[in-house]
Amino acid sequence: MIEVRNLVKAFGVMPVLRGLNFRVAEGEFVAVVGPNGAGKTTLLRILASLTRPTMGEVTLAGYRLPAQAEAARKIVGVVSHQPMLYGDLTADQNLRFFGRIYGVVDLGDRIAEVLSIVGLRARRNDLVRKYSRGMQQRLAIGRGILHRPELLLFDEPHTGLDPDAADMLDNLLEKVTREGRTVVMTSHDLTRTAKLASRVDILSGGKIARSLKRGELKPGELSKLYYEVTRG
Amino acid sequence: MAEGVGAVSGVGRRSALVGYLRVVGAIVSKDIAAELRSRELLGSMLIFSLLVILIFNFALELDLRTRQTVTAGVLWVTFAFAGTLGLNRSMAIEKDRGCLDGLLLAPVDRSALYFGKVFSNLLFMLIVEAIILPLYSLLYNVNLLHPGLIGVVLLGSIGYVVIGTLLSAMAIQARTRDILLPILLFPVVLPVLVAAVKATTGILEGLPFEEYQAWLSLLIAYDGIFLGVAIVLFDYVVEE
Ligand SMILES: Nc1ncnc2c1ncn2[C@@H]1O[C@H](COP(=O)(O)OP(=O)(O)O)[C@@H](O)[C@H]1O
Ligand SMILES: [Mg+2]
Repeated sequence: MIEVRNLVKAFGVMPVLRGLNFRVAEGEFVAVVGPNGAGKTTLLRILASLTRPTMGEVTLAGYRLPAQAEAARKIVGVVSHQPMLYGDLTADQNLRFFGRIYGVVDLGDRIAEVLSIVGLRARRNDLVRKYSRGMQQRLAIGRGILHRPELLLFDEPHTGLDPDAADMLDNLLEKVTREGRTVVMTSHDLTRTAKLASRVDILSGGKIARSLKRGELKPGELSKLYYEVTRG
Repeated sequence: MAEGVGAVSGVGRRSALVGYLRVVGAIVSKDIAAELRSRELLGSMLIFSLLVILIFNFALELDLRTRQTVTAGVLWVTFAFAGTLGLNRSMAIEKDRGCLDGLLLAPVDRSALYFGKVFSNLLFMLIVEAIILPLYSLLYNVNLLHPGLIGVVLLGSIGYVVIGTLLSAMAIQARTRDILLPILLFPVVLPVLVAAVKATTGILEGLPFEEYQAWLSLLIAYDGIFLGVAIVLFDYVVEE
């Protein structure tokens, strides 16, 4: 599903990603962990074709970026640090807008479905401006899955969620991987990550420093290894 | 899985066009819906325009003859400054909660996003003009509702918005965006404003068409050139 080779990304002269290699098979759930500023968000933004790679090859479902980004974007669903929602529109209007952008056919039904998944059905006609941070994050997740993407790129999606919503998100992620969709998620929560993901990649020094399949580690070992890798 | 990358069949092309137009339409109707709710953009543009035409005319205490000669200039200065208010606000909406990224994720050519914003910016500008022109006519006893003049206003506004939308996408990245936009925009858009003022003056003074025809042609040419440049540059301006 994802094939990244020798990816370099520099802002100005500072390289953030330095020859990163990254492969994700269809149906895999890969968690990318790493310290603040390691380049997790940068990697996800490149995969989402929001940022151009400085060097290297990126292929998504056979589409090469940035040349075939337009086709690749069709199958990608993104949750980022920012909710990407319009404050002066209601939750319903926001989803309607993004649904039209993606050409979702059964839009009315799909919006109702998504709103109940993220638990905002009762507040669907409220302005997003009046939503709390956690509610905005719930709706952002709804926006990310609205068009039934094959590949979910979720950047610290648990941020701001209450325990109920965090469980909702875990269930959702489990469900989409069961359906054969692919997930790449960044996180700081090593325990949650180890439970959810089929693989955990540690991003450090601009590369994937370690890649661990589920079952290769006993609980508790991940954090030990994480500190080993990231503290050098 | 989405197969068939290189589908260039007639059906493929038609559905691509439909998708393109759907995105343009979605952006325009989204902007209208948000504006109906907040009324911030039209509100500030209108109040500003009203203040400018009132202040100009009271401050200058013009007699009818001089008033006719400065009207064109006053009108276009008003539209140009009110326009930057609208452009800034319209792009700020996209920047606020990271919405611009949400747009950039759309599976279409990015010129669709540009056109969407151009159409809604143009719509808001034309609404303001449609209110200011008759009001000015009433207040100052000059008839501005001449069909030729309306045509010039339309052409001038198109040129202004076409380049203004591109530059507002550029300015929005900066912290000093409110002041950056006019600094970037006015030097570039000057030929459009000059041509619009000249053509407007020609019409108001009742000159024969041949006398200001060249300005009209220039206006049309600039609209076309700016549009071409903006379509090419937009993708580079918005993507990191
Ligand atoms: N748009 C940008 N301009 C300049 N530097 C950036 C930009 N985006 C990210 N960076 C830098 O790249 C590095 C990695 O950032 P990021 O990918 O957000 O890290 P993470 O998500 O792992 O915390 C940081 O040092 C950050 O300052
Ligand atoms: Mg980050």
